[in-house]
Amino acid sequence: MIEREYAYYSGCSLEGTASEYDASMRAVLKELDVNFREPDDWSCCGSTPAHTVNHVFAAALAARNLALVEKIGLNTIITPCPSCMMAFKKAQHGMTKSESFKNEVNELLDEPYECGVESKSALQVMYEDIGLDAVSQRVTHALPGLKVAPYYGCILNRPPEVAKFDDPENPISMDKILLSAGVEVSDFAFKLECCGAAFGVVKREMVNQLTYKVLSMALDSGANCIAVACPLCQQNLDLRQGQVNSTTGSSFNIPILYFTQIIGLTYGLSPKALGMDKLIVSAEQIIRSRVTVEEMKKRTESEAQVKAKKPEKKTVIEEAKPEENE
Amino acid sequence: MRVGVFICHCGNNIAGTVDVAKVAEETRKLPGVVYATTYMYTCSEPGQEEIKKAIKNENLDRVVVSACSPRMHELTFRRTVEKAGLNRYFFEMANIREHVSWIGENKELNTNKAIEAVRMAVEKVKQNKPLYSSSFKINKRVLVIGGGVAGMQAALDCADGGLEVLLVEKSPSVGGMMARLDKTFPTIDCSICILGPKMVDVAQHDKIKLYAYSEIDEIKGYVGNYQIKIRKKATYVDWTKCTGCGTCMEKCPSKNSYDHFNFGVAPTRAINIPFPQAIPKKAKIDPDYCRQFVKGKCGVCAKVCPTKAIDYEMQDEVITEEVGAIIVSTGYSLIDIERLPEYGGGRYPDVITGIQYERILNASGPTSGHIVRPSDHVEPKTVVFVACAGSRDKSIGIPYCSNFCCMYIAKQAILTKDHVPDSQSYVFYMDIRSPGKGYDEFTRRAQEEYGVKYIRGRVSRIYPKGNKMIVKGADTLLGTQVEVEADLVVLGTAVISNSDAGHMAEKLHISYDTFGFYVESHPKLRPVETNTSGVFLAGACQGPKDIPASVCQGSAAASKVQALFSKDMLESDPAVAKVNINACVGCLKCVKTCPFQAIKEKELRDGRVVADVIETVCAGCGVCTSTCPCGAIQLQHFTDNQLLAEVNAICLT
Repeated sequence: MIEREYAYYSGCSLEGTASEYDASMRAVLKELDVNFREPDDWSCCGSTPAHTVNHVFAAALAARNLALVEKIGLNTIITPCPSCMMAFKKAQHGMTKSESFKNEVNELLDEPYECGVESKSALQVMYEDIGLDAVSQRVTHALPGLKVAPYYGCILNRPPEVAKFDDPENPISMDKILLSAGVEVSDFAFKLECCGAAFGVVKREMVNQLTYKVLSMALDSGANCIAVACPLCQQNLDLRQGQVNSTTGSSFNIPILYFTQIIGLTYGLSPKALGMDKLIVSAEQIIRSRVTVEEMKKRTESEAQVKAKKPEKKTVIEEAKPEENE
Repeated sequence: MRVGVFICHCGNNIAGTVDVAKVAEETRKLPGVVYATTYMYTCSEPGQEEIKKAIKNENLDRVVVSACSPRMHELTFRRTVEKAGLNRYFFEMANIREHVSWIGENKELNTNKAIEAVRMAVEKVKQNKPLYSSSFKINKRVLVIGGGVAGMQAALDCADGGLEVLLVEKSPSVGGMMARLDKTFPTIDCSICILGPKMVDVAQHDKIKLYAYSEIDEIKGYVGNYQIKIRKKATYVDWTKCTGCGTCMEKCPSKNSYDHFNFGVAPTRAINIPFPQAIPKKAKIDPDYCRQFVKGKCGVCAKVCPTKAIDYEMQDEVITEEVGAIIVSTGYSLIDIERLPEYGGGRYPDVITGIQYERILNASGPTSGHIVRPSDHVEPKTVVFVACAGSRDKSIGIPYCSNFCCMYIAKQAILTKDHVPDSQSYVFYMDIRSPGKGYDEFTRRAQEEYGVKYIRGRVSRIYPKGNKMIVKGADTLLGTQVEVEADLVVLGTAVISNSDAGHMAEKLHISYDTFGFYVESHPKLRPVETNTSGVFLAGACQGPKDIPASVCQGSAAASKVQALFSKDMLESDPAVAKVNINACVGCLKCVKTCPFQAIKEKELRDGRVVADVIETVCAGCGVCTSTCPCGAIQLQHFTDNQLLAEVNAICLT
């Protein structure tokens, strides 16, 4: 891999509710030999509230951080949280497109931002810069029986003219990254469906309905786990899963993992280092099912032998099940 | 020199923002101008009479009309001055409508600009020389490119009028899109039943020569005298021997060839006759799938063919033909479903396109007219139609309406109910566009008699759930989100131009728009003509069009050709390049740069080599004049001196 240095902006969520995203992200990037530096004295990205009030102000909040990155001499920033990323990308888009907008924004800043920083999600960095080959090379462990529904959320690659990454209607980057780590993914139709976002606070019932749909579609697709790349999606699906169960009478028990946590597991990293203990819906079963790649090979070989001995299909399936659950 | 200037009000079009009286007043001061006046509508009959009278009374020898674009009325006024006894090239037009009054609001500035435009025209006309057309013979054969319904109509009308017609069709059979349709709106009559006889007429007409499975390689020449190179693509079957018996198709072991005729609804054989009514009904091998080509061994069809028509060694054949006019009727394509990821992008077998559904409905289609869905061959009970799948969608670069989807969706919904009486159809639409004769009644019938549920709103996503497809969208009349559990989803996919439309246009020297549709000469008054004389348009290659409109254009284009061919000789445009042999140094750079191959070298009696323009081939583009290092080749009516006079008029005064 080509040595690259990135800036890293964790943002507020990754310091709090999504600390496991931060921990697993740093651990995985380290495994992939990615160097990154954090700008000093970073501040709020502006997120949703800022741009609902004033676009110039919102861009200024974002641009202040980007200017800090410029100051430490870097031109690409890894932004794990899609909300932060979109705030940065929007500021970048608006300021490069219009000189007058750029001037208005820079007027609010102590040090002007010269539009020299591209912000990328961790997915984009892994998919475009690091590459799938490098992602798969580091894999040491397999997760047998795990089938993941990749859930991208609404803003990771939309609007397309700002995000400039992956397909806005049917994204595939997370699918490909998980597949290259040897993880099975399901054909999940609700990759982009709304999770309810911040309405979890003001309209809990509505959000419960929306999350219910996402969770049941994941089950319908044959998945037993959902991979996410957004702290808010994770919160709505994981933290509120109990609420969903009580409001809709369902009994979901689907672990909601950050995709970096899943990659970390396949890299043989310790569950503690990946913050697995922070999850509300326990991922214990996934952790316990983890085996080394060599062990997995042996297993599939012996399964193949069993199959060869017993040609009747039905019995093979029954035999295979208890093995998966051990 | 006595120049007369006529300044047109064009109603309020010009006079609204240009002080025409002042323009006339200023014009009178110009040297050489002896008469200047204004008139309400100069192009009207009394307006033209005014010009003729003035030429006589004022003894004018040059005329300038300051009005609209020369593209609009130059010919009109050239005829006027000619009737009054002047050479038609002693006339100039100053465009003060499109170039001035329509684009500026400031009356004072407009008036000044108009005065300058008139001054330029006056200086130009003073430099003009009388030019005379020569006449040349024309070849009264017509080439029709594309054998869909528009092309066939054009070919038959020309042939019935006694003209010899060459009909070149890219695919193995004529019939085009219409041959694939099941029924046609708004009468629900069987498409192939009304088209079939026309196809047979085309095949049997002694004036029509059909080149099926052929393409145009090259077009050279000019109106009245075109040389065409037609590539007869290798079919690997000798069509003079093939009887269309179909034995080869039955026995062919390669059963998974893509069926272009059926838009991939079901596979076909590598050697096939596209459909039972095909004209010509001849077999053709698809080398992408044929085992003889892919694996190098098979030869089953060669063994079973009773007439020994199979020829694996066949090569493309290029034939040269000469014609005098060309009708372009190359039709349209449909947007690839992959460009619609929100509707599955082709991932779901039970989300199909309208044309695929047409083949499923069709009695001679892959399902013999039984409605079954592709995934499990079960009869669908709930069918959802999505109108504007790609059309009117700026985000994918198709802002236009595809014209006929609203109508065929209503038709397909009605047919669905006919085939499956206990079914329910839904149509998601933006607006119902049904402005044809009997069209609106038809869409109403779908709703009122056939119980088709129309939902006004866009579909945001289609996804599978169990063995159903969930169609999620908005109902903008109720202001709510709706989800329909469908067994089958039919997308009314957008009409686009053919992928090679641009190449074809370049061969023909005609223009095409951003979307690849060919541009007519005037959107209202010259709808089947192009700006290249001798080339006419018919059908959907000019823009999305339904059957009646395509047939109208086919007939219209044919009548234009008939009018063109009603004369034995055509007059050439004398505004072509001319070589001054005394100045020509024989470098022959012009020969290389001429895009029309209209310049050749000529040896003079003293052995000197100079350039020589073939007058009838020259299109008057002027590339040679800017190439010539010594100004020896001049475009008549646009000579350097004439253009400089205009430039001086605007820059030196």
